Amino acid sequence: MLEDGRAFRGRLFGSERKGFGEVVFNTALTGYQEIITDPSYAGQIVTMTATQIGNYGINAEDNECEKAWLGGFVCRELSSIVSNFRSEKTLSEFLREQDVPGIDGLDTRALTLHLRKHGAMRGVIAPAQDAAALLADVKASPTMEGQDLVKVVSNRAPWDMQAGYESAFAETSVLKPLTPRLKCAALDYGAKTNILRCLVQTGFDVRVFNATAKAEEILAWGPDAVFLSNGPGDPAALDYAIAEIKKLIARKLPIFGICLGHQLLTWAFGGRTYKLKFGHHAANHPVKELATGLVEITSQNHGFATDPKSLPADVEISHMNINDNTVSGIRHKTLPVFSVQYHPEASPGPHDSLHLFKRFHAMAVEHSSVRA
Amino acid sequence: MPKRTDIKKIMIIGSGPIIIGQACEFDYSGTQACKALREEGYEVILVNSNPATIMTDPEMADRTYVEPVTPDICARIIEKERPDALLPTLGGQTALNCAMALFQRGVLEKFGVEMIGANAEAIHKAEDRGAFKAAMQRIGIGLPNSRVAHTWAECQAAFTAVGLPAVIRPGFTMGGTGGGIAFNVEEYEEICRKGLALSPTSEVLVEEYLAGWKEFELEVMRDKNDNFVVICSIENLDPMGVHTGDSITVAPALTLTDKEYQQMRDDAKAIMREIGVETGGSNVQFAVDPRNGRRIVIEMNPRVSRSSALASKATGFPIAKFAAKLAVGYTLDELQNDITKATPASFEPSIDYIVVKTPRWAFEKFPGANPVLTTQMKSVGEAMSIGRTFKEAIQKAMRSLETGRFGFGADRKEALETRKFSRQELKAGLIVPGVERIFMIRRALRAGMTTHEICTYSGIDPWFIDNFREILEFERHLRGLGTLDKLDADTLREAKRMGFADAQFATMFNVSEMAVREHRKKLGVTPVYKLVDTCAAEFEARTPYYYSTYEEETEVAPSDRRKVMVIGGGPNRIGQGIEFDYCCVHASMALRELGIESIMVNSNPETVSTDFDISDDLFFEPLTFEDVMNIYDVMKPEGVIVQFGGQTPINLARKLHEAGVPIIGTSVDSIDTASDREKFHALVKQLGIKQPKGTMATGIDGALAAARDIGFPVLVRPSFVLGGRAMEICYDEGELRHFVGLAVEAAEGKPILIDQFLDSAIEIDVDCISDGETTVIAGIMEQIEYAGVHSGDSMCSIPTRNLSENVLRDIRETARKLAKALNVKGLMNVQLAIKDDQVWVIEVNPRASRTVPFVAKAIGVPIAKLATKVMCGHKLRDLGFTDEIVPRHYSIKKPVFPFNKFPGADTLLAPEMRSTGEVMGIDVTYGRAMAKAQAGASQALPRKGKVFISVKKTDKQHLPPIAQKLHELGFEIVATKGTADIIRAAGIPVQSVNKIQEGRPNVLDLVINGELVLLINTPSGKDPHTDEATMRKKSIMKGVPTLTTLSAAEAAIKAMQSLKGEEETVRPLQEFYA
Repeated sequence: MLEDGRAFRGRLFGSERKGFGEVVFNTALTGYQEIITDPSYAGQIVTMTATQIGNYGINAEDNECEKAWLGGFVCRELSSIVSNFRSEKTLSEFLREQDVPGIDGLDTRALTLHLRKHGAMRGVIAPAQDAAALLADVKASPTMEGQDLVKVVSNRAPWDMQAGYESAFAETSVLKPLTPRLKCAALDYGAKTNILRCLVQTGFDVRVFNATAKAEEILAWGPDAVFLSNGPGDPAALDYAIAEIKKLIARKLPIFGICLGHQLLTWAFGGRTYKLKFGHHAANHPVKELATGLVEITSQNHGFATDPKSLPADVEISHMNINDNTVSGIRHKTLPVFSVQYHPEASPGPHDSLHLFKRFHAMAVEHSSVRA
Repeated sequence: MPKRTDIKKIMIIGSGPIIIGQACEFDYSGTQACKALREEGYEVILVNSNPATIMTDPEMADRTYVEPVTPDICARIIEKERPDALLPTLGGQTALNCAMALFQRGVLEKFGVEMIGANAEAIHKAEDRGAFKAAMQRIGIGLPNSRVAHTWAECQAAFTAVGLPAVIRPGFTMGGTGGGIAFNVEEYEEICRKGLALSPTSEVLVEEYLAGWKEFELEVMRDKNDNFVVICSIENLDPMGVHTGDSITVAPALTLTDKEYQQMRDDAKAIMREIGVETGGSNVQFAVDPRNGRRIVIEMNPRVSRSSALASKATGFPIAKFAAKLAVGYTLDELQNDITKATPASFEPSIDYIVVKTPRWAFEKFPGANPVLTTQMKSVGEAMSIGRTFKEAIQKAMRSLETGRFGFGADRKEALETRKFSRQELKAGLIVPGVERIFMIRRALRAGMTTHEICTYSGIDPWFIDNFREILEFERHLRGLGTLDKLDADTLREAKRMGFADAQFATMFNVSEMAVREHRKKLGVTPVYKLVDTCAAEFEARTPYYYSTYEEETEVAPSDRRKVMVIGGGPNRIGQGIEFDYCCVHASMALRELGIESIMVNSNPETVSTDFDISDDLFFEPLTFEDVMNIYDVMKPEGVIVQFGGQTPINLARKLHEAGVPIIGTSVDSIDTASDREKFHALVKQLGIKQPKGTMATGIDGALAAARDIGFPVLVRPSFVLGGRAMEICYDEGELRHFVGLAVEAAEGKPILIDQFLDSAIEIDVDCISDGETTVIAGIMEQIEYAGVHSGDSMCSIPTRNLSENVLRDIRETARKLAKALNVKGLMNVQLAIKDDQVWVIEVNPRASRTVPFVAKAIGVPIAKLATKVMCGHKLRDLGFTDEIVPRHYSIKKPVFPFNKFPGADTLLAPEMRSTGEVMGIDVTYGRAMAKAQAGASQALPRKGKVFISVKKTDKQHLPPIAQKLHELGFEIVATKGTADIIRAAGIPVQSVNKIQEGRPNVLDLVINGELVLLINTPSGKDPHTDEATMRKKSIMKGVPTLTTLSAAEAAIKAMQSLKGEEETVRPLQEFYA
């Protein structure tokens, strides 16, 4: 049931609770597990446009977070059988464990078209019941704008990311470790594990800090660089994080942001973000790096975007999404700070942009030698 | 960077005749390329010997050479046209190999022609087995354990390294030609030797056999800036060991995690870079070990392929068009996605449906051939279907094949099946991949075999097996309902979402399909139509390319314009192929010229007709009554055209007509009159036209009685079949007895037809066009083989050569009378036999025939377009086509045969059609046109050398003049003793040679040693196990031109006379018409 009253009937699976959230669609053909475990989807109900879901089951090593934070999961046909040598359980078992409600059997294309035309909106996955009451519940649920979901998903004390993810299928197997090893403080707004792995694999010792960590606390660890992670919700609601980022920028630390991290940097630089109609949730978006003219196929997952007109003069746009000409990356003209809206760590999605981690390392190396 | 301005004139090489492994898909890609390049203002020079293609329509290119696709001829064209660039990647392996030969001979360098799309180095690296292996090792990509060998001795060394079973893959061949899997040492030697012989570079790769590994393909594109995209991932249902062209394939890949898939993508990207395909599309094939995910690369094709045509149709992304644009310097981000018109082409399509491709075979036409699937492709066509789920798509795919199946069993064909399979037979049927292995899976499931067992035997992924099981379980639930009226809307809808057809319910509940349809409509269960939009609905799409499914919301919004629907020809099969697609495309073009909205319905992904910019609306659907009616119900066109898609739409016409669908053009009653023997006989009798005596019989006794009454020889065939399937000439009772047994089976209970056979008559094909008032002859074709060879398998010539003016007048008159009597509106084909200057009518088809594109190219008039306009109510007078055109130049059509793919089968021409395609030779004299036809069909006639002759008794009297001419042409004649004596007696020098059983060396040794340049053998019997047959098969395998009728020999001599002392000249179509 959507907030404008449109309802779709299907079969429920996973958790039996009602699932509220902003309904979005993702057009990736593979990677439902990574999507479900991506904390950025907190507060959202994800519709997969690919129709056969669950075919290869779930395995622990591909999880992006131990907990699935999303509000609900929608697909056309949930597979009753799992076929993959790494699979440990079925998707439906996993969602039940994670207390995430799912629904299949509905016309997901009609739902997708509805969202494309009318924009992402609130909805609920629930057993068929009094439609009016359900609609009232949906309307009473919180909207995405202004919502701070980061505090929900980022709730741990500082911890050190360990190396040692040895799967032959990891993206990190593509990255060759660089020297020297540097210290990177990663601000966890709902970070995907694979980003942290990529940082470690590239040549960083990574300490992960809570989203509410103060700049002083971070600086006390003595990092060579700072990473701003992805995460859920509206960046505009995260004043506390933006304030600390401003302090870190002022210290001229090399900073790299991804997704929400990129949006927070936008705010920290004095820019603004706005809400996209139905967001970008896909693994096939072309992003052009303006400096080279080259196009990478990227994994994307965001509902807000940087307003290009809001950026100050010393910040330039480095990457554009050439599907709709939205901002996909920014860079400070003098400071060692850059960020991208998309997901270079892939997982799921193409590996075209993994090289950005190397770029971050090189920037950190250059900067640390200057300081030394 | 925008397009290149330093090149102006680009030559495109087409793929030549349709053969197994190279079908209409290259007409699709070539046509797209021609359009794309001309749109950019380049001058396009096209070479293709296949007249049945859209690309060789004179308006598609600036200069169209319907000439043999050989290095010699292409070199002449280059010399004459001086193109700046050559685009070799859109005409299949034929074009690629031809381009490589031009490069190696220095032709390209001499005339300053640049290879664009892929250069010689990249082609070599990808196609040369050794170079490819080295390249993969350089970039650290896994390969199967393998050795490259160029000689038998090297093959023996490879054997030690690789062991058995081993896969043998010849270099630079297409469709796996000459390759195979060897399980024992004898097979190993046989396949290696064959592979070495068939590879243009005498090179084979001997590779470990990856039994049970899964096979995947990625269709990729890369531009000159190194932008790289995957257009489509494809998963083969059949595991390694079955050629991908013979596999059921599914898009997108369904059983790979994102991690595995992305690594495969990384590999494909690295391979494209390493091989150096700088601009264009390629296909990379991988094998994955399901036990541990180990992945290796099998091969890559640095060109547009059959799979890219499939990927284009599966996603809506026009690979060939963009490949052409990248080749002239564009980058992907500079090109617009044709479907969304807003986003760039540099993205990876996302699809929200499942595509299934299923091959169609023709083993029944090649008795003696082993119907087992291996690494050499043997299918002759394919159907594609789209559904929201695999279950829906696979069932739609099964009915798209038009083989009597309506889904995963539960149809009439299955109900009629009486054979029982033992567990042992089921196991064997799962282990050995054969045609319809999917139904072996069904039988195994029904017999209670577990998924694990079925997977173990077949190597097919359990995910697919379990989906089949779910279909079967639901079917059991449905059957449990007992009667149709118990089927409620919810259950029916769920069944429909699994792809069940009305015809399956009809079988399950023992009611008519119509009753199911009515019940279904009463319950309000009707399909919706969804868009193929490249982006899973993320962006607005403007291209009306639809498929049916059972969902909530439809996306088709019929306009209020005038609309006409064209029913296509479905999957290619022998007897129904590209010629009919050509006609359908022309129909669509004509409708658009008239301002009428054209609606195309077809299920064949290889075709031009299923290109979304050919028609106003494209429905990619099975061509069954149910599926077509459903579209009709939604679109409500003012008329439906059934004349152009061959037998497929004709077979639907009656049912559609009865359901109230307006069939435009010639009426359904006329179609019936022409195909119903009794009615047709009455008609020709009334018109005073001669017809061979004939009757219908059932059973062997009836057939014998009928034949005695008519008199031998007789022509025997089942009623209502296509392409002369199971048709035979019987000269005596023994032959008749033997054959009727087979005919009864092919007729599926329908009667057998027995006709008087006019021995040694000249057969004539006439295509004409009529508007109900005026009938204009489009072409009179004289067949070169005598009556008894299927017209589709016979060479023919326009204009005729051996007919008097009187006979020609009678022929025209006969055709006009028939057209008038049948009230033909549109095209009509008449087959006639001329014996003793008398005209006999054999058959009339009031529809477009296989020869329509050939005739159109010969006379330079688009007759299929004119016919369409006539059907829409225009008069020929107003269209300016009132007089027959008898060209001054000669056009010869020559069929090509797939005998080299079916080593067990004989190569004789018979009333049953077996050719897969054709070429056209066009030139100012008959002889030269014939020489080109031969060369185009890879049967280039020699200029000197040894010719072997052996003819049957009745032909011996005609032998001396033929031998004399061969002698005069400077050939050495070799013959077995009996024939040699006759030749010698006529005073012509001849060498005798042993027959096979007369000792060594014998004629077979000459064939094998490559000493013969031409073989003339008119067979004395039909037994494929005779020495003669062995010799013919060998010579086909060795590529020696083989003529099996005296008339063909005479024609060939004409051709060789024209070659004597003369060089071939080349001339574009546009000049012939000028």
